[in-house]
Amino acid sequence: MLFAVPDRLVLGKRMHIIVCIKQVPDTTDVKIDPKTNTLMREGVTSIVNPFDMYAVEESLRLKEKHGGTVTALTMGPPQAETALREVISMGVDKGILLSDRAFAGSDTWATSYTLALAIRKIGDFSVIICGKQASDGDTAQVGPGIATHLDLPQITYVRKIEEMDDKHIVAQRLLEEGHEYVDSSLPCVLTVVKEINEPRLASLKGKMNAKKAVIVKWTAQDLGAESSKIGLEGSPTKVVKIFTPAPRQGGQILTGEPEEMVRKLAESLKDVVIAAAK
Amino acid sequence: MAASIKIIDEKCVGCNLCVKACPFGAIVVENKLARIDYAKCTICGACFDACRFEAIDLKKDVGTTRDLSGYKDVWVFAEQTENKIQSVTYELLGEGRKLAESLGMDLCAVLVGSGIKDKAQDLIARGARKVYVVDKPELAYFQDESYAAVLIDLVNRHKPNVLLCGATTIGRSLCARVAVSVNAGLTADCTGLAIDPETKNLLQTRPAFGGNIMATIITPNNRPQMATVRHKVMKEAVADAGRKGEVLLQDIAVSLLKARSRRVKYEAETETTVNIAEADIIVSGGRGMQNPENFAILKELASVLGAGVGASRAAVDSNWIPYSHQVGQTGKTVCPKIYFACGISGQIQHLAGISASDIIVAINKDPEAPIFKVATYGIVGDLFKVVPLLTAEFRKLLKK
Repeated sequence: MLFAVPDRLVLGKRMHIIVCIKQVPDTTDVKIDPKTNTLMREGVTSIVNPFDMYAVEESLRLKEKHGGTVTALTMGPPQAETALREVISMGVDKGILLSDRAFAGSDTWATSYTLALAIRKIGDFSVIICGKQASDGDTAQVGPGIATHLDLPQITYVRKIEEMDDKHIVAQRLLEEGHEYVDSSLPCVLTVVKEINEPRLASLKGKMNAKKAVIVKWTAQDLGAESSKIGLEGSPTKVVKIFTPAPRQGGQILTGEPEEMVRKLAESLKDVVIAAAK
Repeated sequence: MAASIKIIDEKCVGCNLCVKACPFGAIVVENKLARIDYAKCTICGACFDACRFEAIDLKKDVGTTRDLSGYKDVWVFAEQTENKIQSVTYELLGEGRKLAESLGMDLCAVLVGSGIKDKAQDLIARGARKVYVVDKPELAYFQDESYAAVLIDLVNRHKPNVLLCGATTIGRSLCARVAVSVNAGLTADCTGLAIDPETKNLLQTRPAFGGNIMATIITPNNRPQMATVRHKVMKEAVADAGRKGEVLLQDIAVSLLKARSRRVKYEAETETTVNIAEADIIVSGGRGMQNPENFAILKELASVLGAGVGASRAAVDSNWIPYSHQVGQTGKTVCPKIYFACGISGQIQHLAGISASDIIVAINKDPEAPIFKVATYGIVGDLFKVVPLLTAEFRKLLKK
């Protein structure tokens, strides 16, 4: 791959792909400490947000097809470095960690501002790829937020990249009742859904690279961030209450012969079905 | 989370930096320790910024500190596809009306499209007092940049207090752009909205961590207060053709209609006619379906019920059914009146996507399957026998 000539793509410069990732708890089964009203994260291991793995894989496929480099970018506590090493083991070339106490408490506005500053500092890029959303917050707002802070076009919920050259990209976006093909100029921001690919496993060589890799670390000062736009202060939304929803109760287990169970069930559902099917 | 500030005595060295920084003269140093006079302190944070020893613990106020009185009315973005207004819009108008009444403000709708202005009357019939209409050929279908530019322009001109939008692909893509541009807070995927009677802030409640946790969020210092809201959670506003309202056609600068991305073509999903995000009934299959052909029995039940067809991740990963049908954490979150889980064991990631369903019916041959713990009705049995019987029973019932 070292001297690979990009096929189908005559680039004036090498393509640079930036992939944004987030470290999240490896479970959705998170509990609240009733005393402090905060999330109990002890004993929960951290992983790369599953949606971001598709973004990483797609970045690597673009690189393999067109040549270039892939940089992974994350914002988080110092231990988020392990997430960067994990994606480097898959084939990402470089990892940048944005870590600073001043970033703590960021909502999607402040997070996308901070990531956008870092991307501007990186400077040269063709495309930014994000997972459609993170599995802890589920907002799907950071990708479009980055695009807006950088004044770039976006294609969200991408399920397939159809074609790409150094000026534009055509991608399929998943909509509720179908999909559309969107043509966008580059650079642009993509957010990808699970359907787009099957993320690879790390190779042995990749794991060795990941061990050796030097992770670049930037603070708020390195980014020249305005203090009123980062962290808790830069976040318009404030969480005022966190609570556990009442757990769903198991109901009635029907027993008997299939015909009998079906009759009982149909009788119980009758009114709802008639109302819904009208 | 009330605002608070205090000196951490162990860290304070009595250097006087905070005393100098305080614009209100609210800090004195006594015995080499800073002391805050809480009668004077406004929790502005100047001392926090000045302190070099991290000796000040500041929790920012979540009450309003800016003059936000210029922001009026509750807006609903009326999402349309091919000039058909999406049902989530009517749900938002139903909920928006209650919010507008609590605030003593008007409920308004924003309608963007091409050849769309006649639809404004529908929105008035559903309770909108004013409808801001932008009707341009360039806006025939959703485009992230131009739609965002139009909405940003309208927000800047008319300054709404609240702006609601469906938590759809379009709504989530659009609002995230608008919120960043107008410096607004945006809460995704809300399932509950209310007005705090004291502060008049919008209380936005949403699930996080796949529905295991609910969070209530406010945007105290920024307007509009923006939220995307899930389908099927709020009740649709009932249409009343007698309602009166104003239709306000808006002029838009041509430069705002330009977009660097454009739709080349659109392909409708052919496999199904019912969108599971909006479906009242969903018939879903999992690993227990064994192969793609067996989904035919689910499709038959679905067609009798007018239901959507869903699937678990296992079924989608086996390529038995397209990804657009996947329900659960990495697929869609659904909230139907009835969810039939056929041959689905009920992994936590799947349950995260269905927990908002009114009724869950589980059909599984394994009595230990976790799905039975959340099912309203459980049938332990062979789905290949049960589902066709159920189809026949409902066909009889609905006289189809």
